[in-house]
Amino acid sequence: MTGVQSLSAPASVRLEIGVMMFLALRELRFARGRFTLMGVVIALIAVLVVLLSGLSSGLVNDGVSGLKSMPATAFAFDEGTITDNAFSRSLVDGEQLATWQEAEGVEQAEPMGVSIVNGTTDSDQQIDMTLFGIEPGGFLEPELSSGSPVGADLGGIVVSETAKSEGLDIGTVITLDRIGLELTVVGFTEGQSTFGHVDVAYLPIDTWRLIASNTAQPGAPTAAEIAALDYDYSSVVALRTPASTDLGAIDDAAGTMTMTRTESFNASPGYEAETLTLTMIQVFLYAICALVVGAFFTVWTIQRTGEIAILRAVGASRGYLLRDSIAQAAILLVGFTAVGVAAGVGFGAIMPDAMPFDLEAGPIAVASILTVVLGLIGAVLAVVRISRIDPLTALGGQR
Amino acid sequence: MNTATTSPALALDIRDASLELGDGDARVRALDSVWLQVEPGEFVAIVGPSGSGKSSLLAVAGALTHADSGTVRVHGTELGALSGNAAARFRRDTIGFVFQSGNLIPALTAADQLRLVGRLAGNRAVDPAPLLKAVGMSARADHRPGQLSGGERQRVGIARALVNAPTLLLGDEPTAALDRARSHEVVRVLAEQAHESNVAVVMVTHDHDVLEHCDRVLEMVDGRLSPAA
Repeated sequence: MTGVQSLSAPASVRLEIGVMMFLALRELRFARGRFTLMGVVIALIAVLVVLLSGLSSGLVNDGVSGLKSMPATAFAFDEGTITDNAFSRSLVDGEQLATWQEAEGVEQAEPMGVSIVNGTTDSDQQIDMTLFGIEPGGFLEPELSSGSPVGADLGGIVVSETAKSEGLDIGTVITLDRIGLELTVVGFTEGQSTFGHVDVAYLPIDTWRLIASNTAQPGAPTAAEIAALDYDYSSVVALRTPASTDLGAIDDAAGTMTMTRTESFNASPGYEAETLTLTMIQVFLYAICALVVGAFFTVWTIQRTGEIAILRAVGASRGYLLRDSIAQAAILLVGFTAVGVAAGVGFGAIMPDAMPFDLEAGPIAVASILTVVLGLIGAVLAVVRISRIDPLTALGGQR
Repeated sequence: MNTATTSPALALDIRDASLELGDGDARVRALDSVWLQVEPGEFVAIVGPSGSGKSSLLAVAGALTHADSGTVRVHGTELGALSGNAAARFRRDTIGFVFQSGNLIPALTAADQLRLVGRLAGNRAVDPAPLLKAVGMSARADHRPGQLSGGERQRVGIARALVNAPTLLLGDEPTAALDRARSHEVVRVLAEQAHESNVAVVMVTHDHDVLEHCDRVLEMVDGRLSPAA
């Protein structure tokens, strides 16, 4: 029994909640027309918040899911490469790679080639791909959902699972535009793997070098072509290091500049511009939510001035009246935000495939909490005026 | 300087209270050396023209504001020593207010008006039925103020003022919005409460028709209180 008592709220707290909800709930019921109208506005804001969150997650995944799924902790770019589109601009040579591979505190360092190419499938469908050149059997090898890993075939590529919607299948041959090199789909990744809004195709780093060096001949790549290749460049060095490693010192020695995996997202084409734009829209939406809710509760509090004066006169404390009004706002915000989020998730389910839209529980939860919290801040700033209402005005001022 | 002793037995004991309101040229003396003693169970009416200080007297007696000078005691408690939430608690537990037009909360039914005031004092189990019956409002317990007549609203207001068993009931023009018959009805209910429940009642009013129900009638002119002519 004592255990149960210790877990339950103190009697005074239960009484306060009971009293608070007593008036707040009855006023919500009584003025349901006004509160519903306000609630619909909150719900619409929540729908927009969810749609923007889905669009934001979708764009992020479309832009950098290929990087997000990688086990690398950082990437070393050639020194002086500008951040925007850095994966395509950077070129590190074998010497720089060797410096990283021999450095102390670096668990793994492998070359990685990145280039965006156009191609045509054997069924004459034009497609875009981001080629990720990796060491076969290395730590960058993607998880497979089907097919064979990279390296079994020099011209074999493992493609993002999302490319299946473009008609790609195991055995599909893709001919790269202009150079005529033929690559064959040998497997699909586990889940989405995209970069710069196009599907990633993983291929052996030697094949990527053949393409990057402009020495590839039409047709499937051959061992002879690879053997004759005198080109040891890659776009970046993919690294796996413990947090304690002094990357700056190795950068100085190798003539590189390192970005953590998360920092490297900004090196994806258009990533920073897209995310900043969406973040700005979301920030405005939260501000609008706080202002709209604040404006509503300002008008509502002014309308209740006489009533609040009476309650003060019959013994209600300022704290009680503030808590009552804030509880009312919280019920309104939580209830209608939930309705809006549910509607937003429903809309999300019917979004066209062409739209980069991913509903993820984490960002939606954060967006919903921000909507409620900022709405509450607006409401709190509005109802603070309650504490300035003089109970004397309940007497009608005939003095 | 007055040397009279203070009796806790007095429901209301105002001694030499003065109050000024407004600023600068608009400053007026709302109460001017007011003396008033009210016994438990006594029904006192205060009449006087608008602006004479009647409501200011109620405000001071009801711990809604402090007198600038003098003392105001309710059952021996000096109201000048109470501030903020302490004054609110004292009003809640000791003083009942009956306002003009009832001044009820629009969202609450008649029964809920009483329940809320009970809950504010920590009494969740308050039963509004006996008080509503006492003021003849049992049949209208589930009606909101908008569904009640002026007289009915005022009766509910009286019942609400009595929920926490106050020892002092202050009425601010309780018959202002009522016709003659309903005014008598309402003041009769107040008189019954005073005499049957031993509650001290101080009512300010313009309505001379209802004074027959009162034990004592005082007149306020320019902030000064005197026996009515």
